[in-house]
Amino acid sequence: MSLRKDLLGLMRGDSQADRVVPRSGQSARLTLATSAAMAFLAVFAMALSMASGRLADRWSDALAQSSTIRISAPPAELEAQTWAVLTVLEQTPGIESARALSDADQQALLAPWFGPDLPLDDLPIPRLIEITETTDGYDADGLRLRLAAEAPGAVLDDHSRWRTPLAEAAGRLRILGWLALVLILGATAAMVTLAAQAALSANAQVIRVLRLVGARDSYIALAFVRRFTVRALTGAAVGTGIGLLAIAILPSARDTAAILTGLSFSGTGWLWPLIIPPLSAATAFTATRIAAFRTLRGLQ
Amino acid sequence: MIEMQDAAYGYGAEPLLSGLSLHLAPGSFHFLTGPSGAGKTTFLKLCYAELLPTGGQISIFGHTATGLSRDGIADIRQRIGVVHQDCQFLDHLPLTENIALPLTVTSKGGLVQESNLNELIGWVGLSARANAKPPELSGGERQRAALARAIIMDPDLILADEPTGNVDWDMSLRLLNLLVELNKLGKTVVIATHDLALIRAAKQRVQARVLRIQGGQIISAGADL
Ligand SMILES: Nc1ncnc2c1ncn2[C@@H]1O[C@H](COP(=O)(O)OP(=O)(O)OP(=O)(O)O)[C@@H](O)[C@H]1O
Ligand SMILES: [Mg+2]
Repeated sequence: MSLRKDLLGLMRGDSQADRVVPRSGQSARLTLATSAAMAFLAVFAMALSMASGRLADRWSDALAQSSTIRISAPPAELEAQTWAVLTVLEQTPGIESARALSDADQQALLAPWFGPDLPLDDLPIPRLIEITETTDGYDADGLRLRLAAEAPGAVLDDHSRWRTPLAEAAGRLRILGWLALVLILGATAAMVTLAAQAALSANAQVIRVLRLVGARDSYIALAFVRRFTVRALTGAAVGTGIGLLAIAILPSARDTAAILTGLSFSGTGWLWPLIIPPLSAATAFTATRIAAFRTLRGLQ
Repeated sequence: MIEMQDAAYGYGAEPLLSGLSLHLAPGSFHFLTGPSGAGKTTFLKLCYAELLPTGGQISIFGHTATGLSRDGIADIRQRIGVVHQDCQFLDHLPLTENIALPLTVTSKGGLVQESNLNELIGWVGLSARANAKPPELSGGERQRAALARAIIMDPDLILADEPTGNVDWDMSLRLLNLLVELNKLGKTVVIATHDLALIRAAKQRVQARVLRIQGGQIISAGADL
């Protein structure tokens, strides 16, 4: 009944022992198909989890801690108001740094839309100040009030702040993805347990004969365990393969912020789904082993 | 080999067998007779721990039957060759594999020589049917296959339940001779049978004790045969 012996026997394989339990087409096909389906779903749960994880990281790192101030004023006042804003910002708690974009920076920002030869000086282009906040953040309403007093042309655009709940949601989605993965494995275990129990009951007469000729329960159990483990492994490998293929051919867009087009793996992330087949096999091994010993104890 | 002390067994509340006290010595040859329904099969099942005594004590190879674990039972069965009255086979495997089954399940499958297996199958006259599945065999063929399976492990004790029930007289003698040969090699043999002619034939070849089950008791019936 030792686990180590079972694992060794599982790997060694024993074609003769495999034959003592008749092949039951129905339960074999069902186990294969269900494992494949579960692995397919697991790939998507994993992709969802990883994609939302990346999204959460990006949103919370890059965006949630930056905002901009836009100053629109007649060219004569622009310089003075810029100074006023920078002074206010310096005195505001929660602001790590503030930087006025140079003409060259602004030119670079606008180039994609208007071309490189934009005559910036002739246009009433607002000045942009980039703010990076500390982790504690600043009081946006208080800052707005002070800006209205000191620099009437300044508008605080904390567009990124509304992304904080989005980043949180993405974080939750990542956890939900992992939870779905655990549930899928649990369902696989339940399904394999039921299939193994059905197979054991259907083979009560075979088990009787095996016992009469001196087979130990561990031998009988292993015959079933090996079969279900191999089926789960094969099914899961097929399901994982199809799942990966499906994700690989999903249309991808540059805008990776969109959850739909971002549903993919990146870099070494593609290796993660490879743990699904062995994980399914381990689940099937454990589930069948428990079911087999419980059923064998009950069979007189 | 097997020792019974006031052992009893009943399928329900009523005991079917009771007051069984006997000793099956190593190398002995026993016949077990009695009317149909007397409890011969039940007695043999007690000997290989398919049934456990409801009273008294049975010891098999020195182990108390009621104290045996599942693995312990499996281990003693590897030392006992049983010919079951209803010939239990795996119907999905060909005859050869069924006969080699006791070796397969103890992972001694690699040890059996193909030639030995074939010789044994030839001995019981089944060479032509070696690849047939058990359900395709006649009753007599099944019994012979069961005997072959019972002795392939080179067991210390052979329990045969009506091993000649479905075969003609010539084949009966052939099987009897096989069992007598094995007994001469030191194996203990117990044969349950109705066939008095077989017992008489055996007595010319070997020193056999005859046990009779009557009224739930075992009595020695040596002289009257
Ligand atoms: N599993 C069982 N449950 C209840 N009663 C049983 C069971 N098995 C056998 N019996 C009864 O026990 C009695 C003895 O049966 P057993 O098979 O030992 O007889 P036997 O001497 O081998 O008979 P036969 O010569 O016909 O094979 C019979 O009356 C039978 O009906
Ligand atoms: Mg009987």
